[in-house]
Amino acid sequence: MIAHYPALLVTIPLLAAFVIYGCSWLHKKSCLPLALLALAISCAVSIGLLAQAIAKGHISYHLGGWQPPWGIAYEVDPLNALVLVAVSTVAFINLIATAGEIEQVFSDRKGAFYTLYLLFIVGLLGIVVTGDLFNLYVLLEIASITGYSLIAMGQADRAPLSSLNYVFMGTIGACFYLLGVGYIYIMTGSLNMADVRALLPSLYHSSAILVAFIFCLVGVMIKMGFFPLHTWLPNAYTYAPSPAISLIAPLMTKVMAYVMIRLILSVFSPAFTFASLVVGHGIVWLACLAILMGAILALSQRDIKKMLTYIIVSEIGYIVGGAWLGNNTAMTGAVLHIINDTLMTFCVFLAVGGISRKLGSVELNNFKGLFKKMPFTMGAFVASGLSIIGVPPTCGFFSKWYLISGAMEAGSYSFVCVLIISSLINVILFFRIIETAFFAHSDPGNRHDYLLSEIGEISLNTLIPLLMAAAGLLVLGMYSGTVVGRVIQPALAGIL
Amino acid sequence: MILSGGLLLYATKDFPSWGDPTSPASTHVSPRYLKKSLEETRVPNVVTSILADYRGYDTMFETTVIFCAGVACFMLLRTFEKRETDHYYRHVPTGITIHIKGQREIPIESKEFEKIDAIWTPYDLIINTVSRFLVPFIQLFALYVIAHGHHSPGGGFQGGVILGASMIVLAIAFNLRTAVRRLGERIDSIMSALGVFIYSGIGALCVLLGANFLDYKALAQILPIDRVAARSDGILGVEIGVGIAVMAVMICVYNNVASEGRYDEGL
Amino acid sequence: MNMEAFLNHLVAKYNFWLYIILMMIGLYAMIAKNNLIKKLVGMNIFQTAIILFYVSIGSKKGGTIPILEHVSGGAQHAIDPANYVNPLPHVLMLTAIVVSVSTFGVALALAIKIYQRYKTLEEDEILTRIRES
Repeated sequence: MIAHYPALLVTIPLLAAFVIYGCSWLHKKSCLPLALLALAISCAVSIGLLAQAIAKGHISYHLGGWQPPWGIAYEVDPLNALVLVAVSTVAFINLIATAGEIEQVFSDRKGAFYTLYLLFIVGLLGIVVTGDLFNLYVLLEIASITGYSLIAMGQADRAPLSSLNYVFMGTIGACFYLLGVGYIYIMTGSLNMADVRALLPSLYHSSAILVAFIFCLVGVMIKMGFFPLHTWLPNAYTYAPSPAISLIAPLMTKVMAYVMIRLILSVFSPAFTFASLVVGHGIVWLACLAILMGAILALSQRDIKKMLTYIIVSEIGYIVGGAWLGNNTAMTGAVLHIINDTLMTFCVFLAVGGISRKLGSVELNNFKGLFKKMPFTMGAFVASGLSIIGVPPTCGFFSKWYLISGAMEAGSYSFVCVLIISSLINVILFFRIIETAFFAHSDPGNRHDYLLSEIGEISLNTLIPLLMAAAGLLVLGMYSGTVVGRVIQPALAGIL
Repeated sequence: MILSGGLLLYATKDFPSWGDPTSPASTHVSPRYLKKSLEETRVPNVVTSILADYRGYDTMFETTVIFCAGVACFMLLRTFEKRETDHYYRHVPTGITIHIKGQREIPIESKEFEKIDAIWTPYDLIINTVSRFLVPFIQLFALYVIAHGHHSPGGGFQGGVILGASMIVLAIAFNLRTAVRRLGERIDSIMSALGVFIYSGIGALCVLLGANFLDYKALAQILPIDRVAARSDGILGVEIGVGIAVMAVMICVYNNVASEGRYDEGL
Repeated sequence: MNMEAFLNHLVAKYNFWLYIILMMIGLYAMIAKNNLIKKLVGMNIFQTAIILFYVSIGSKKGGTIPILEHVSGGAQHAIDPANYVNPLPHVLMLTAIVVSVSTFGVALALAIKIYQRYKTLEEDEILTRIRES
């Protein structure tokens, strides 16, 4: 069974999703245990796969028994496996944390919600582990369609419209990616990533390959929320329901960033992307702009959720800039930042989701005196805020350290400046919230503040996963050296 | 937008010409499919053999995509509250229509009074009879398309859509409630999950029998046939699963979208 | 680039140019139109043009559909792939058609939800009503 881990990872949640949907029409109570079981198995399998990948270096699994390029193959190396562990762990912990809210808010259609939840995870896990370009498109569409529907279930009136705008931009992105794959297919005749990599060097001068690269990249950037193609992101993520957003926000954009790294390293090898093209500098400039704009727009928001979505735009700027700087250190920083950012974003959105469930809305004013009422939640929120700022020993510090060193190595001092400026702006953002939560005293005459005084801590089954995630930030920070040394460096050495 | 169009057009400079049999796309991977499909899978229709065997994993996810669309339409639109309008009934023996204002209804499920839609059309004998007559033939043709997908253009998706269309014809010719009475919402939803479950279940069965996922030759261990025929039957099995799923999802999407989730009136 | 080579390219590959123009029409509709349903139709045109593009990759002069002659039993004549149209793009596009239909279905459901709330499908009117509330 161990040899089948790559397939099991994706198919167990898949089968469970179908069983859950059938069960939701027959026996509603068994939906949640099945979902938890499937995600737990998937999480365990991904950890096993990581151990295997570190031991063996590269695992290849042929689906249907056919050799690639005639069949579809799954390729697992330590880079993949690390992202897989991150995705499945976040999904599992999120389900534990938000199950209560799902049962309450979506009581009549919770079977459908769990089904789409599991299928979203199936899509993301498949995107990370596949070795075939067209299979990636199909899995991307699974993740996208389930994402659109999960986001549209928000309570706010604006939720369907934001989701529809996301549909339009997301479809353009996916179709551009498909066009790029079509151009690759026309010139090489193959869809398998390893095969294309072998065939491309003779075609580097071809304009079709150049255009294919541009379109694939632009498509992935739209789905990733890279400035200036990020316009769908703030609205779509703000008006989504909390259980969905603490799942989608950490994962979707980061997995797309992983796809970009996989494309520029494994398919179009570094010789092509960095040597033959001169766009590397341009993209780093664009990344600097993305980081700055994300930070500045975040400053102007009163709604905490919207502010956090702009921080996501900024973080994606870090990853893209790090990946395109062109040296090993910066790429290590980018990959480490993918993992760290997944955890940080998850932690912060889970905290905000819990708060919004208790309070009703998350404007800055609502945070008055929240430290006394919800000490643990605010503690976790502060921990993840410190990680986003980049304070040691949280994990955010280490990935920023690698990014800055890589930028200095590449001589891109503008990137270094922008990183430091955005860290300062993040300090302002989070300390504004901490100050309101800690020091501001609620005014008894104000009706809203009176309601505030009545609430207590968020429920235990959301709190414990939240605290685990916050602790994970510190643990991941302390073990950063291990992660980089044993997982990321060998993976990149194998690819580059 | 003009920029992207221009880029795409510029790239065509390097394309092989239309219809060129020596282009890389046609010579690298595909010749093996064409040459070996018959001897490896005993399926002459190469498109089906690639779809369900060589790249069967893609097809499983494609079926999952359409399943997602069905679940999403259900989740987004379905409401259980009643629409607040007047009700219209038709007295069946005489054909007179009655319009009851306010939100009162005829209390008893009477055989003489039949509920019709607010945007009602006159009762048309020809359409009703012909569509009711045609539906079994449409379904038979759909089953033929699914089963004969090995030898002629067809297969699970095409047959499933035709099956779904047979129920939608009923919904359009009569009204939505008639079609829902024939194929209820619960059975339809369970069937959509069942169809995709058959597909991935066959794949999981192959894993339990020792081969890789969706490697049909493992099925030869439980069925009394040789390995190549096992591939052919594996393809048939997954096509049936796909057909069931697509049919159920088509009906589910139509029902939810046409009635805005209320399942009371349709087009 | 001289006119001769340009015309050569145009004549040999006019199918690709047509599909690209169709794609641009779809993209224009998605971006520039105000009505949500028109945007949806534009999305459908865009995706259909990509599907046509892929299918035309696989065509061959004089090739027939990729269904082999079924001779029951052993001996069959050697199959020359040059006689048959490339089947792989057809397979890929079956998937792409299904994906496009699913996206269209979900987008329609979303449009219905928007209409139920805002009672209009014109984007500028919706934005006005959002700003008012």
